[in-house]
Amino acid sequence: MHERKGVVSSPCQPAANKPQLTLRFKIDEKDFLIAGESASKTKKALQQLGLKQEIVKNIAIIVYEAAMNIVIHSNHGEIKIIIAPDQVVVLSEDVGEGIPDIELAMKEGYSTAPNEVREMGFGAGMGLPNIKQCSNELDIKTTIGFGTTLRATIYLNPADTKQVETGTMYV
Amino acid sequence: MYNQFHSVRLDYEKCKGCTNCIKRCPMEAIRVHDGKAQITQERCIDCGECIRVCQNHAKIALTDEMDKLSEYKYRIALPAPSFFGQFKNSENIEDILNSFFHLGFDDVFEVALAAEVVASIVHKYLKAYKRKKPLFSSACPAVLRLMQIKFPELLEQVIPILTPMEVAARMAKEEAQKRTGLSQKDIGAFFISPCPAKVTETKNPISTKQSAVDGVIGANLIYKDIVKHLAKKHHETSPRLNKATSSGIGWGYITGESKSIGYGTSLAVSGIHNVISLLEEVERGELKDVDFMELQACTGGCVGGPLNIQNLFVGRVRLRHLIEKQTNQTSFYTDKELSDIYEKGTFKSTELIQPRPIMTLDNDVSKALEKMERIDQITNNLPGLDCGACGSPSCRALAEDIVRELAFETDCVIKLREKVKMLAEEILDLARIIPPSMSDTSPKKEK
Repeated sequence: MHERKGVVSSPCQPAANKPQLTLRFKIDEKDFLIAGESASKTKKALQQLGLKQEIVKNIAIIVYEAAMNIVIHSNHGEIKIIIAPDQVVVLSEDVGEGIPDIELAMKEGYSTAPNEVREMGFGAGMGLPNIKQCSNELDIKTTIGFGTTLRATIYLNPADTKQVETGTMYV
Repeated sequence: MYNQFHSVRLDYEKCKGCTNCIKRCPMEAIRVHDGKAQITQERCIDCGECIRVCQNHAKIALTDEMDKLSEYKYRIALPAPSFFGQFKNSENIEDILNSFFHLGFDDVFEVALAAEVVASIVHKYLKAYKRKKPLFSSACPAVLRLMQIKFPELLEQVIPILTPMEVAARMAKEEAQKRTGLSQKDIGAFFISPCPAKVTETKNPISTKQSAVDGVIGANLIYKDIVKHLAKKHHETSPRLNKATSSGIGWGYITGESKSIGYGTSLAVSGIHNVISLLEEVERGELKDVDFMELQACTGGCVGGPLNIQNLFVGRVRLRHLIEKQTNQTSFYTDKELSDIYEKGTFKSTELIQPRPIMTLDNDVSKALEKMERIDQITNNLPGLDCGACGSPSCRALAEDIVRELAFETDCVIKLREKVKMLAEEILDLARIIPPSMSDTSPKKEK
């Protein structure tokens, strides 16, 4: 599952000379088990890196919720966890219907999950609010009929967090 | 330097280096080097999985011997609830309790009785509790040690109450002191244990400074003597010894604890691998609606303990059978007494359970990242068979060991074969080269 990736093209890309590691998880529709598996593998890796408990927990939750979103709401997708010494980025990309109203989706308890999924105890409408709560920055881009890209950033240094609090968030 | 007592040990002579244990260990704490298993002390949680799986009986639990009894003037036996399920022909608990007097003990105090006290305290604690849920039982020391290493975030949700074993020792000693007038240091409390984790817990306790248990005798060690005594079938008339009811004795198997506490929604999970996957779920923020979680490292709960004699299902059925026949219907302590104990807070744990992060590759995140990258590279290069022939539990673990400078890539038999093949080809190539001074019989070819 683990794979190294050289460069990630993104606005908040970590400095090129710094060590960086990417974990990848391919996710298929209705593959509920992969969500838990990806979260626990991510957690193990982050623990080995010696990150703070709180941060490890938050990232594991983000990965889990993002993976569940792909499982429930899209055709298929991929989650990448890009780990750099100063930040961790969880990047979730899926091919699917997209989110019609992001603002509404961010509300706690709002869910578009189909009944069959809800009957299994999933799709309680807490996914995106949970992700938002656990990350320093959250950026969601969605195109109806094509899919959704979610980028959650967690800063490992408390000083960085302060910068974020004064900055603007996408959502 | 980590230097703590561990009950689980290796019998060096018996170990054949078969690598069966390294695969089962939930903490990846065992490696086979130089033909013998080695337990990494920092990682071991004394769950006893390796004891169960070792066909050569090379994994042992260090317990106290019976001659430790002679160090004390007054000796109390504290049999675990699961202990009663070990005997084939026992008609009642009274007989089993009586046997201890013939083995050199002066008194016997059921841990099941203390379990009832703990259940009452936990019930009241759960009722008053308003913060993050679910709460975890503190009864299984192996689970607590697992949480220290793998789930440090969840430690604050462990109920800060001492284990029934600890409570039993304290109550029994206090009672004996009143009765005999002896000082605390002359009274010895001996726990009759189904598991090695409890031994470790008494030697270096995690929720109290000093354990009141003075010795731990393995259930397997004392079993034969009790069976012999039970076979004699002479029933002497002694004061009624059995004070616990079915509620306390039920702690011997999984779900017994939850039933005994009887508060809100509870979930009971046994088997260390099941416990790990459940805790992962809780860590992701699931199961917030559960009030109480009973977690036991051994499958089936304490009846499945590695030091118990009987098959866990047999043990469980026998224990149930005894419970059904149990004549004690009213609990020994009144509600008033139990409430007083709760109010006083006597059996609260005094120490906070500290996290023990030992998985870290390096203190510096940048260096740790580099190491992890190397681990990934090495893992991708390894065959991925997870055969264990290298002495590490999986290819990934071997890669980690290589990066931690504890192993070499050539420890992998497949890798070694590849290297040998390359070397052989190279030798063959060299052998084909003919020195210019010698002539080849065949006509000279173009370069």
